[in-house]
Amino acid sequence: MADTKEFVAVVDSNAKKSPRRIVFITRRTSAQVKTETEDQVQTFPEVLFRAAIAIQVLTIVLVWTSLIFNAPLEGLADPSHTPNPAKAPWYFLGLQEMLHYFPPVVAGVLAPGLVVMALIVIPYFKVNIEAEGFFTKDRERRLRIFYAVAAVLVVFLGTFHVIVAMVPTLIMAGLMLLASQSSAQSPSAFRRYLAAKPLSYWVMTWFLLELMVLTAIGTFFRGPGWSWVLPWKAY
Amino acid sequence: MAKTADQYFDDLRETRVWRSIFRSGTGASTLKRALAIQQNVFLHLFSTKVRTRMLSFSATWYLGTLTLGTFFILVATGIPLMLYYHPSVPQAYYDTKDLQFVVSSGLFLRNLHRWSAHAMVFLVFAHMFKVFYRGAYRTPREFNWVIGVILLLITLLLSYTGYLLPWDQLAYWAITVGSNIASAVPLIGNKIHFLLLGGNSVNANALLRFYVLHCMILPLTAIFFVAIHFWRIRKDGGLYAQSSEPAVLRSRPVASEKEAQ
Repeated sequence: MADTKEFVAVVDSNAKKSPRRIVFITRRTSAQVKTETEDQVQTFPEVLFRAAIAIQVLTIVLVWTSLIFNAPLEGLADPSHTPNPAKAPWYFLGLQEMLHYFPPVVAGVLAPGLVVMALIVIPYFKVNIEAEGFFTKDRERRLRIFYAVAAVLVVFLGTFHVIVAMVPTLIMAGLMLLASQSSAQSPSAFRRYLAAKPLSYWVMTWFLLELMVLTAIGTFFRGPGWSWVLPWKAY
Repeated sequence: MAKTADQYFDDLRETRVWRSIFRSGTGASTLKRALAIQQNVFLHLFSTKVRTRMLSFSATWYLGTLTLGTFFILVATGIPLMLYYHPSVPQAYYDTKDLQFVVSSGLFLRNLHRWSAHAMVFLVFAHMFKVFYRGAYRTPREFNWVIGVILLLITLLLSYTGYLLPWDQLAYWAITVGSNIASAVPLIGNKIHFLLLGGNSVNANALLRFYVLHCMILPLTAIFFVAIHFWRIRKDGGLYAQSSEPAVLRSRPVASEKEAQ
């Protein structure tokens, strides 16, 4: 028969001798302290039912689309007959548009590689954690840096004649200039909004605009020999 | 008095068979509802409770849910499509033609698969930007953001590999253009190109490789990472809601709720 164990709370570091534990809460591993409580709902059924409805609405939209529009199907693949233009799937047309201006190693490898790397490291850089307006602190120095970066970008894009990528760059530069001239006390809501935006917002929005513009141009405005065409005109 | 549908359902849930399948038992108490999530192998990836304000449309636009929805549709349409498809040249093209003109509802199946695939790529991008603008990648959610980026790449690869399968001119040349980019990688570009296509140009080997990637390897990889993605939402404290974050995790106090959106 096993000995009757006596449970007495003592402080002892010898685990074999007295298999009792005392929890040491160190700073690094302390349990998260709730600072405030919030209204919560049960995942089942509240959230799951909403998700189901969202997916049903999506399905209805996609089923209708599929009933109305047919997926494209061209002739049998023919390696000896290259269509002009030969286009990649739409989500790669931004890249293909860049290939028109830059050598393949830059547009096809360096640029997408850097974008993926940049996306991965976003949460690990303090600049992306900051939530303060970019120009609210150290305004003069940051304006100088902004001017320099904007000028380098515009010159770089101009050198390679990438006019289509220059347009979003200039729009963003204009908005950033407006932000630098605005503050939380600005009379217009739009300017207060701009003034509150951190650097990460500006970089990401510039990237989003470039992505949309390049993809749209590659998809709709490029014809034979990657020449500029208007989407409503047959080529 | 006649029983209502709800009562019939309650009776069903009390049966021995039902109780043997679903571990959580019946009842509408908070405990039972929590158990319905926590005791289910699939649903236990989610939290048992969610902050009420995260249910509002503006918080997430339901983009993650909708992306999952497109994935469900793609699996549901992709499996029957596989039954009518041979990954060989030129049979692949004739199978696609048959889907279009011979197989009952084949055209609809293919349309739904194709448009859902485009929708998924779009929704994954939209989801990423929404998460970014909400600042939801912040501590302790860094790694879930990284998994999200991996899922974005997997989605692009899934769509890209599927693009070749109809083996028409559109498919052939789109993949030719895309795969040529791989050749531009310094030093090992041609080797990567060869590995991807199983040859120096898009051919029958490439079709088979893309088929295996599209129907087996990439979907399984996607499911693996999606499971981690969902589980991490729960482990990282639920959907991101700025003002409920412990103060110690913030880099500095946030001025207002609006700023966090």
